[in-house]
Amino acid sequence: MSLLEVSDLHVSFRTTDGDVQAVRGVSFELDAGRTLGIVGESGSGKSVCTQTLLGLTTGARVRGTARFEGEDLLSVSEDEFRAVRGAKIAAIFQDPLSSLHPLYKVGWQIVEMIRAHEPVNRAVARRRAVDLLGLVGIPHPAQRIDDYPHQFSGGMRQRALIAMALALDPKLVIADEPTTALDATVQAQILDLLLRLQQENGMALIMITHDLGVIAGLADEVMVMYAGRAAERADRRGLYYRAHHPYTNGLLESIPSSGAAGARLRPIPGQPPSLIRLPSGCAFHPRCEFAMDRCTREQPELVPVEDGVRHASACWLPGRLLGTTEEMKRARQDAGAAGRTVERVPGQSTGQDAAVEEGAA
Amino acid sequence: MSTDSTSGGAEVGQPPTAESAATGPLVEVREAVKYFPIRQGIVFKREAGRVHAVEGVSLTVRRGETLGLVGETGCGKSTLARCITKLHPLTSGTLLFEGQDITGLSRSQVRPFRRRMQMIFQDPYGSLNPRRRVGSIIGDPFAIHGEGARDERKPKVQELMELVGLNPEHYNRFPAEFSGGQRQRIGVARALALKPSLIVADEPVSALDVSIQAQILNLLEDLQREFGLTYVFISHDLSVVRHVSDRIAVMYLGQVVELAGSEELHGRPRHPYTNALLSAASVADPDQAAARQRIVLTGDVPSPIAPPTGCRFHPRCPKAQEICVEQTPPLVARAGDPDSHLTACHFPVAPGEDLTRVTATIPEEERAE
Repeated sequence: MSLLEVSDLHVSFRTTDGDVQAVRGVSFELDAGRTLGIVGESGSGKSVCTQTLLGLTTGARVRGTARFEGEDLLSVSEDEFRAVRGAKIAAIFQDPLSSLHPLYKVGWQIVEMIRAHEPVNRAVARRRAVDLLGLVGIPHPAQRIDDYPHQFSGGMRQRALIAMALALDPKLVIADEPTTALDATVQAQILDLLLRLQQENGMALIMITHDLGVIAGLADEVMVMYAGRAAERADRRGLYYRAHHPYTNGLLESIPSSGAAGARLRPIPGQPPSLIRLPSGCAFHPRCEFAMDRCTREQPELVPVEDGVRHASACWLPGRLLGTTEEMKRARQDAGAAGRTVERVPGQSTGQDAAVEEGAA
Repeated sequence: MSTDSTSGGAEVGQPPTAESAATGPLVEVREAVKYFPIRQGIVFKREAGRVHAVEGVSLTVRRGETLGLVGETGCGKSTLARCITKLHPLTSGTLLFEGQDITGLSRSQVRPFRRRMQMIFQDPYGSLNPRRRVGSIIGDPFAIHGEGARDERKPKVQELMELVGLNPEHYNRFPAEFSGGQRQRIGVARALALKPSLIVADEPVSALDVSIQAQILNLLEDLQREFGLTYVFISHDLSVVRHVSDRIAVMYLGQVVELAGSEELHGRPRHPYTNALLSAASVADPDQAAARQRIVLTGDVPSPIAPPTGCRFHPRCPKAQEICVEQTPPLVARAGDPDSHLTACHFPVAPGEDLTRVTATIPEEERAE
């Protein structure tokens, strides 16, 4: 049994414009000591997915199960949830300034967090808070513990949040874009810190990011999300070097790479779809240059590709077409053309009109 | 460089002439300094300190090139950009645009220059007035500079919309009806309206998703080729800057610490800070990421209110010695470098030198704050 088993998770929000289907059937599992990277663009459902695991999506309609140590998080009461959240599952969010209360000292916030879950007195909790701040690399922790959040720099605030997340020795840490608000050199420090702490404590880590670069050196497994579903899931090398889904390949090719400076980028045409009015079939088909007739009608499920047991992709293209070599690109073109009765130009069906309509949401 | 005979550098305030437009660098900044005073007191405001945002920056922007400005939060890259476009007056120093000194010009005197230099901002949500229609936003530059009658503007604006990949029929829509990437296209169209020669783009793709970011980068590239534009491109993302730039200036705490051709800088970074920055950049390649040695800098960027003495990087530099605390190193070509590769460092990093193994020779207490 894995530490965390999420199966067929659906999350939707009711709005005046219609139901926003943020997560549409996501399944994954995670073992202790492993890192899962979840990658996706804005609106892909990556954050909603994990916020649901933390019980933070109030007002949402949730379906599916999320078993953590065998217990379904989605069916426990709020009181029971409180015992798990913070103690066994901790979270680190993107913006360290808004995650810390500006009117309380940093140390006080860590102490309260410890005392909310464990019957220890203030002095003991405080000593632990000092140790934690030292552990995450804050200089002179015994003095800095009485600083307010505004007296910390961005990187130090994120360190303080990591200290808080680790305070109760959680089994699972969910880090939602933990370095997005930070500068490159600070980002490197924080990623190193997370990796080191994970190795020392043996905790499982879910890293959510929009940046494939952030988790390239960090994740054991990567799940790429698009429009509320998993587009592809693979071990790290499989995903970066032998990606199957055209969206994953599109993301990889959109990144200005060091190898081809000055070469023209190959962006994915169009815009991500509205989660209220989703395209039929595969949600990616309007932006996909290989889309076949079938893609417009039937939604593909995540099935293994011909690469390894842990590599699965939700795409109708043959499972042997992996990676972005010229040969593979041609094979994909051929496969796409063969499955098409009407000739289409990629991007046209998402032309400006469609895209603007969607942007209006 | 720009003081050649045809540039007319002495004629302050004259609109650019055909002659001056053809020769010399497009922009030249000499010893630019920008302080922001920190005032205290309720009735009598007295200056309690200064933020040293930009201190002694000299650089040129050549015609038709893209100059990348990189650096981390608070390094002064945005302030420098705003000084170049005259959105901030310089505290001291000289700014030459198309060979003419525009440092001390008044608002009205600077207008004819303004239309030749435009900005694109980071936040496509904050930089467009949500209550105005897109057509009128893009047409603003025409209105401000009194170009064309009202009814002549619409076809011009629609032409611009088409140029940046927007549907001209959406002339009457509001910004809220567009996605982030399309809003950034609106910003680009507005910047292009008056056919500027210089576009200063301040983190133009930072707020966008990766797939959309690539669309905008390609668009900027196409426009540069089509109209012979010159870009000053600011970003904290090294891979983006490397992709677009011909030359790159690396800034740290208000100063340019290294300036070189894009490939030269990535291939042979000389300043320890540049080395650290490059080693920290994320790469979307597991094997490269695993093989790389990160130079992890200690501590945080010092306050620009009281920057360190000497070389401003010395408190965090693995190679710092006594002289770094005392003397500010000049930005010059170092031994073995081409003339176009400038580094402000007393002990530039030799190619192949492993900075992860170097420890500083001066103890922490001696490092001036």
